[in-house]
Formats: sequence, structure tokens, C-alpha cells
Amino acid sequence: MNNINFLKPDKSNLNLFLILGLSLVFISIFDVFLSSFFKINATGFLPTSVSFLLPLIIGFIGLHFIRIEYSGIRRLDEINKNFNNNNFNAVLSLLIIFIIIKSIPPVLSWTVIDANISGNSKEACTGEGACWTYIKVWLRRFIYGLYPNEEQWRINLSFISLLALGSVGYFATEKFKKYLTLYYVVIYPIIAFLFIFFFISGGPVFFDFSYGIIASVVAIIIGFFVPNKFKLYYFCFVPLAVYLSLNLFILPEEYVELGKLEGLNWVETGAWGGLALTFIVSFFCLIFCFPVGMALALGRRSELPFIKYASVVFIEFWRGVPLITVLFMSSVMFPMFLPEDFFLDKLVRVIIAISLFEAAYVAEVIRGGLQALPRGQYDAAKSLGMGYWKMHIFVILPQALKLVIPGIANTFLALVKDTPLILVVGLLEIAGMLQMAKTNPKWLGYSMEGYVFAAVVFWIICYAMSKYSYNLEEKYKTER
Amino acid sequence: MSDTIIQIKDVNKWFGDFQVLKDINLNVEKNKKIVVCGPSGSGKSTLIRCINRLEEHQQGSIIVDGNELTEDTKNIEQIRAEVGMVFQQFNLFPHLSILDNCTLAPVWVKKMPKKDAEDLAMKHLEKVQIADQAHKFPGQLSGGQQQRCAIARALCMEPKIMLFDEPTSALDPEMIKEVLDAMVNLAKAGMTMIVVTHEMGFAKEVADEVIFMDEGMIVEKAATNEFFANPKSDRTKLFLSQIL
Repeated sequence: MNNINFLKPDKSNLNLFLILGLSLVFISIFDVFLSSFFKINATGFLPTSVSFLLPLIIGFIGLHFIRIEYSGIRRLDEINKNFNNNNFNAVLSLLIIFIIIKSIPPVLSWTVIDANISGNSKEACTGEGACWTYIKVWLRRFIYGLYPNEEQWRINLSFISLLALGSVGYFATEKFKKYLTLYYVVIYPIIAFLFIFFFISGGPVFFDFSYGIIASVVAIIIGFFVPNKFKLYYFCFVPLAVYLSLNLFILPEEYVELGKLEGLNWVETGAWGGLALTFIVSFFCLIFCFPVGMALALGRRSELPFIKYASVVFIEFWRGVPLITVLFMSSVMFPMFLPEDFFLDKLVRVIIAISLFEAAYVAEVIRGGLQALPRGQYDAAKSLGMGYWKMHIFVILPQALKLVIPGIANTFLALVKDTPLILVVGLLEIAGMLQMAKTNPKWLGYSMEGYVFAAVVFWIICYAMSKYSYNLEEKYKTER
Repeated sequence: MSDTIIQIKDVNKWFGDFQVLKDINLNVEKNKKIVVCGPSGSGKSTLIRCINRLEEHQQGSIIVDGNELTEDTKNIEQIRAEVGMVFQQFNLFPHLSILDNCTLAPVWVKKMPKKDAEDLAMKHLEKVQIADQAHKFPGQLSGGQQQRCAIARALCMEPKIMLFDEPTSALDPEMIKEVLDAMVNLAKAGMTMIVVTHEMGFAKEVADEVIFMDEGMIVEKAATNEFFANPKSDRTKLFLSQIL
């Protein structure tokens, strides 16, 4: 036996320190474990403050004893290196372990052991813990909102079909790969819109547009595939001609009635809600805000002063106002400025408002990516004879967007979590439904369960999104 | 002077208050190789960047292959497609493979069919001896290989003139030779070249004329042998004594 210096554990008395230290750490953790799981206070005879701090002190001393450099035991070295490398970290590690141990029993007992899920009414909930019966009874409402029960298959059908259509990318063969971007950026949103328009709404919900406007929009989209030579003439005449001819000659004064499928009842957007509405709003906002944000980011860096300052003003305006006021404006103020025979549904207005709002953020994120690119990339692209658009589409944007995937994902997550705010204009998505269920006289006092449920649902959605963004990052990673 | 391909006349350029180019006059004939040298900050790079209008000159005129450089962007894109450029920092597109780097501009600017563009790219990559790397990404290549790829990329546009902006300055000494070899081959094939470089060996081997610039002015312009054998101005002598 060499001299033992308890203040400075060293390798020569390795075994002694190891046994002593480990047993002290074990005692401290065991004490916390006992008091947490079995409510046994082993140090109850001591004054409260001492007994409260004792495990921490014992554990700390124990950790101090086992902090031996180059002990030769791999596990021990790893522990010392990773969370026992100095006194401060030792205390932090202990505290975290204690907090985890302390928090397991109450959480477990509330969510599982003492919780109720049987029965169909409040009376079934007798235990101390959560009343999952409440969630069970209200689940339909949380998912579909006030959508009539017998019509809910329409939502299911639409969402399942859209999911199937959305997964096309995984099965696409090499030959169709190059069309995927076009598909996802243009065609898929249109399909999604049509589904929602025809199936979920099933009535003249969205616009009071005539066939003429829709036909001319289609004509404009077709226009992008017209050969360059005729493009200008095409855009000058065809859409307008289509609009006028349809409106004046073929279907004069024939408004709407589009969007009626035989046998489907019209469900107005006010009745939509719950998780389905969360998805619809998030989906369209994500799709719209991205291209708008991209255009704004490019606009802000433009050399043309008008475009530049218009973008700056736009971005700063939307970034400067709270979302809640934007939503109020969109539902209350905006209709006042519209012509009388022009009607936009509240849901559409809200989607546009959120899209524009988030577009400003997306724009700034993308601008960050654009600025991170070295000037040489612009020079190289220019020196090869590429114009502004070719340079941006093939060289600048692919690199800039790759750089800002984390930032974009961040903004999109924020967007999804902002959607509950549409509650203020009377659209009840999942958190809104919660608010409603909470105030139902039959089910008073279960808001906690509701909020936990909503939190879990949102967490699942957001975690999936963030996982997806990590995948994207991996996918587009090339060595720089 | 029908075979004058670049005509630079009384060109002045300022960055703010600082005059980078002072009354530059220069004619370059077809198939001639010109080396531009001089201390850093003397305006060499700015001069050749003016030739494809990556920088705009404020006075004077630059005529490239019969087209005067003006504000008209259509015209500039056309000129740039005819003037290849190689940069000090390579500036390859890191998100594209070597082959895609080479085919991008031919396909989208010249509207060449993808297949033809790939054949062309492979031909040029073969020339600079990196055909075997065609499917790698720029980040996986050494500096010398990247610079040779950059040369191939510029050649794929089949330019009439090649501009080199210190192509070897960012390279390890070992890799300088492989890049210079590629440039020498290009020169021997009869390309019109303007090269900003400090590689005097290269200048002696291929250049028809050497230009010495200092403080934004062309101090001396002479045939290669003349330039190295008996430089006229004291500034040139000083520079050569330091660099050789």
C-alpha cells in the first residue's frame, strides 16, 4: 500500500478508490431511486435540507474518487472523459441523472399506471392519472374537426390518395427522374388542390371565379410549353381571348357551380378542422411560401432598384407584423377591399396570408445562402456565357438551397407550429378543436390531456419533418 | 489589321477613387499568346476580367471579335460564350460532377444535345488527361486536376480566345507543371491566349509577347526574347531581377 491521498486519487491505489468511489456513487443514486420510486427517505432522520443535498454530496465525492487519469480500464476512462472530467461537470451529470430518476415515476403514473382509457364518459375516469377516455371520445373531432361524421371518408380517401401520389418519387424509374421536380413543384400541388376542391369541399367553396378565369389560368400554364418564337404572341393574346370568349359568349354570367361532384354534399370550410385542417393549411403554405420566398430573395439582391426596394419593403413589412394581426387583417380587413362579386373563402385568405408571412422569412434564409456563395461561382457561370436565369437555376440556387436546408427546415417547422393561430379567425385545427373540447361542459377539467395529445401529435409531425430535412442534407452532400 | 481579335483602346477604370487601369491600349492578333505579368495590384487581373466584362470599364472601348462591349446583355453573353476563362480559384461548380461541369454550358447556352456535349467534354477531358475522373465531384480532386478540369470546361464552349487569370497561383508547386503542360498543349494547338501569370518559364516557352504592367499602366510590351534579353524600363528590370 502506498500513501493514500484522498484529495488526489491516483493509479497506485486504483482498486481502493474504485471500490470506494463506485459504492458512494451507487449509494447516492440508490437513495434517490428509493425516495423517488418507493417514497422511502433513507436519510429522513437528518434535517430536511441536509437530507435533500446528501445524495448529491455523496455522489460527488464518489465521482471524485473514481476520477483517475489513465486508469487503464477503458470503461472508466470513457466515463471520466465524457461526463466526469471536472467537478462542475460531475455535479451536472449527477443532477441530470437525479432529475431523470425523479421524473420517471410521476410521468409514468400519470400517463400509464393511474390513467383511464375505458368507458365513454367522464364518469369512467376515476384514477389519479390522465383521462385518455377524453381523447378517445373526442378523437374524431380532433382529427376531422366539425366535418360531418358520415362524410369523413372523403377526407380519408383524399389523404390516402395524396399520400400514394406523393410517394411516386420513390418508385420512379431513371427515365422519369428528370420530370420529378416538375411533378412535385407544379403537378402535385394542383392534384392536391383538385382533391381538396372536389372531394373535401364538394361545393362552390373557394372562389367565385368563372370558368373563364380558370380556363385562362390553364392557358397561361400551357403557354410555358409553347415554342419560344410564339411565346410573346401567345401570352399577349391567348389567355385574354380564352377568358373573354368563355365569359362573354359561351357562359355569360355563369358563375361558379364548378366544384360540384354529383352526390357529394357541400361541406363549408368553416366546418373543416382538426388534424386534417392542420395538414391542409401547412401543406399549401409550405408549397406557396417557398417559391415566393425564393423570388423575394433574388429580388432583394437584384440590381434593378425598383425590384430590389419592392422586395425589401415586402420582406420588412411581413417580418415586422405579428402573424396574429396578419390573420385578422386577412379575414376582416381584406374582404373590404375586394369588389363585391369577388369572393375568396376565408381558408384561402388565411393560407395566402400565412404563405406571404412565411415567405418573408424563407426569403431571408435563402438570401443567407446566396450570400455564402463565393463570388467566383458567379464569375465562372458568367464567363461561360450564362445569363441571369441560367446562372441562378443551374449554378447558384442549387448550391445556395443546399446550404440553407437546415434554415428552411427551421422556418417550415415554425410554420407548422404557427398554424394553430388560425384559431383567431375561427378556423379550428387541432389546437382549436382542443380549445373547443376543453370548454364543453361535459368534459371540463381535462385540458391537460388535450394539450399533451396535441403536443405529441405536433412533435411527431415536426420530428418527421426534421428527419426528412436531415435526409435531404445527406442526399445532396457533395464534398466541397 | 483583319486578324486583330481583341482591340483595347484608351481604357480607364476606377474602383471608387482609385484608378486601376490607366489608358490601356492593346491589340491582340489571332492565335497570338500574350503573357501579362507585374506586381500584385497592378491591374493585370482587372484588365483581363474587362475583356469578358466581368468588370466594366468606364472609359475607352474594348472590341472583341468585332463586337464592342456595351451595356447590352445579349451581346455580352454572346461574347462570353466565345471567350473562355480560367480562374485562380478554379471556380468549378461543386454540386456537379466533372462531366456535368463541362456539359452544363454547352447544353444550356449553346443548346447542344446532351449526348454531343458529353462526347465533346470527354474529348477535352482526355486532352487535359483527367478523363478517368469524369464522374467524380470537384471536391474529390486535387488542385491540379481541378484546374485542368476548369480548362476543359472553358474549352467545351469552343472559345476563340482563352483568358487565364493566374491559373497556377493557388496550386502546390508539384501540381503547377501538370497545369502548365495542359496550357502549353493548348497554346501549340493554336489558341489565342492571354495569360496572367508569374511563371516566367511558361512565358519564355510559349508567349509571343510579354506585357509588364505596374500601377494600372502598361509599362513595357515587347516580343518575348526582347523582353527577357534587354528590358527597357528600370521598373521591368527590377521586377525581373526579383522574379527570375
